[in-house]
Amino acid sequence: MVKKVSILIVDDEESVRDSLYNWFIEDGYRVECAENAKTALTILQSDNFDIVLADIKMPGMDGLEMLRRIKSLRKDSIVIVMTAFATVDTAVQALKDGAYDYVTKPFDPDDLSHLIRNASRQIALAEENEILKDRVVSLENVDDIIGNSVSMQMVFHEIESVANSNASVIITGESGTGKELVAKAIHANSPRRFFPMVSVHCGALTESLLESELFGHEKGAFTGAVYNRKGRFEMADSGTIFLDEIATISPKMQVELLRVLETKSFVRVGGNKEISSDFRVICATNRDLKGLVDKGLFREDLFYRLNVVNIHVPPLRERTEDIPLLVDYFIRKYCISMNKAPMTIDPSALKRMDDYNFPGNIRELENMIERAIVVGNGKKITVKDLPLWKETVNPTFESLDDLGKKHIYQILNKYSWNISASAKALKLDRVTLYNKIKKYGLKPPK
Amino acid sequence: MSLDNITLISFGYFEKELLEMIVQDVGQEFMLPVKTREGHLDLSEFHNASRRQYDGFRLLKEIDTNFSSSSVKTIGLFDVDLFIPILTYIFGQAYLNGKSGIASIFRLRNERYGLKRDDKILVDRFRKEVIHELGHSFGLIHCHDSGCVMQSSTYVEDIDMKSHHLCPKCREQLKI
Repeated sequence: MVKKVSILIVDDEESVRDSLYNWFIEDGYRVECAENAKTALTILQSDNFDIVLADIKMPGMDGLEMLRRIKSLRKDSIVIVMTAFATVDTAVQALKDGAYDYVTKPFDPDDLSHLIRNASRQIALAEENEILKDRVVSLENVDDIIGNSVSMQMVFHEIESVANSNASVIITGESGTGKELVAKAIHANSPRRFFPMVSVHCGALTESLLESELFGHEKGAFTGAVYNRKGRFEMADSGTIFLDEIATISPKMQVELLRVLETKSFVRVGGNKEISSDFRVICATNRDLKGLVDKGLFREDLFYRLNVVNIHVPPLRERTEDIPLLVDYFIRKYCISMNKAPMTIDPSALKRMDDYNFPGNIRELENMIERAIVVGNGKKITVKDLPLWKETVNPTFESLDDLGKKHIYQILNKYSWNISASAKALKLDRVTLYNKIKKYGLKPPK
Repeated sequence: MSLDNITLISFGYFEKELLEMIVQDVGQEFMLPVKTREGHLDLSEFHNASRRQYDGFRLLKEIDTNFSSSSVKTIGLFDVDLFIPILTYIFGQAYLNGKSGIASIFRLRNERYGLKRDDKILVDRFRKEVIHELGHSFGLIHCHDSGCVMQSSTYVEDIDMKSHHLCPKCREQLKI
């Protein structure tokens, strides 16, 4: 379906407004008019227009000032300024301030049609570019799901059978098992694949940030809201929204989310216009959501709304037969990305990995291989190249959990509790680090 | 008074044969009876001295207010150079889904472009322009079918390229 381009005409002369209105309506555009800049800005607060065609000379706020304000509302809006008295200075200023074009009235009919057609083409290209970018991101890691084990074959089968439907999916599994990859695979194999897959890591955001992230906000809705911003639900229109760490959202957000899932419409924070979006929802959690429902910590109605299909991704220790395949895959991946000659792995190193229980699952295995390639001799990965080696030589009576807790605490202190820097050093993502801080009850030293 | 016909009102002199041919083609295209009559307006009121043209938007308003009550659609026919404030010239215009439109023969003449007079071409262009504006008044927007009379035309060459018929898609929209 071709999207109808919308045009807002801003001119203090009624005859200009009416004649432009008539002209564009006959061409099939959606058109609205404003008699001054103030009215135009009010209209733009509640409605989006692809193109704004504005006169420069208007009583009150002139077209150049309005252009600056429109650009502060929406950076990507296309504003064409018109004038009856062209001067080089105003033209240069308008273009410097971000005008798409500058035209002198009256136009030749052909010029006007070309101008709007070119602007429409730019809008279509920009939108297509965004969709393709999202598509590339969502597809690039789909091949990373590796596994010949029976449990993974079941996961593949479930992905295949659920992809074509619009059903909500909850993906469960321990941290590091690749839940987001499963979500990407569902999206990439669905009819929505040509539209964006938008991911939101609910655990990393506070309630108010999550609200603005999901629903978007209007300029001035809160301190720091300097632009109108589309929410993730709006961005996921025609595509898929992936809500990671769904169990962490607050009771208030659970209510909001349920309402959006039921109506497929919402209002931006600080706004009053109902926005509709057609999205499919996929959630992930490493917690027992049903258990949380039983404890009254997660809404039952929301749970049933989301849990139409459940895909469980098994932990690595339950599919150790996949380890050689995964090791091979990650060796190839990192040798290519680090520009190194293809390496192999010593059977004893593989055996050592086979015996390990991988609490961090695939993510831990991947980090282990990446590290081994960096520190190794460049030909063969041996036991010595694996972080597991030290544990073999210096056995400790502390549990892995305790060791992990100590190590995380040391790293956090080293980086003055800067979460991003610490997560990077630990080769964890921020969400996992937050969860571990919460789990171990770690606090910064006073 | 009948509200089931199209009225073409000529402002200025138009040859009887030319009007008869247009009446016939318009009637066939929209499957409605078409009648013509003469209208009288002081066009000097619509003249813009600085542009040396006639204000098409005001003329359209005038037709709509004072001449359109007796028909389902009314088109004012003129022989003057029309403009709207934003454009250097227009061949005609109409209210989308409204009751009225205007069309001018002024810029359709070959002589305006340094070519030999050709009455056959002139009639062909004018009937297309009248049918085009009537199409707008029936709610049709510009069509992308290159042969359809509802395709947008900014030069006479564009008018010559298209037919004087509505394409099947536009006809379907009008249910005719």
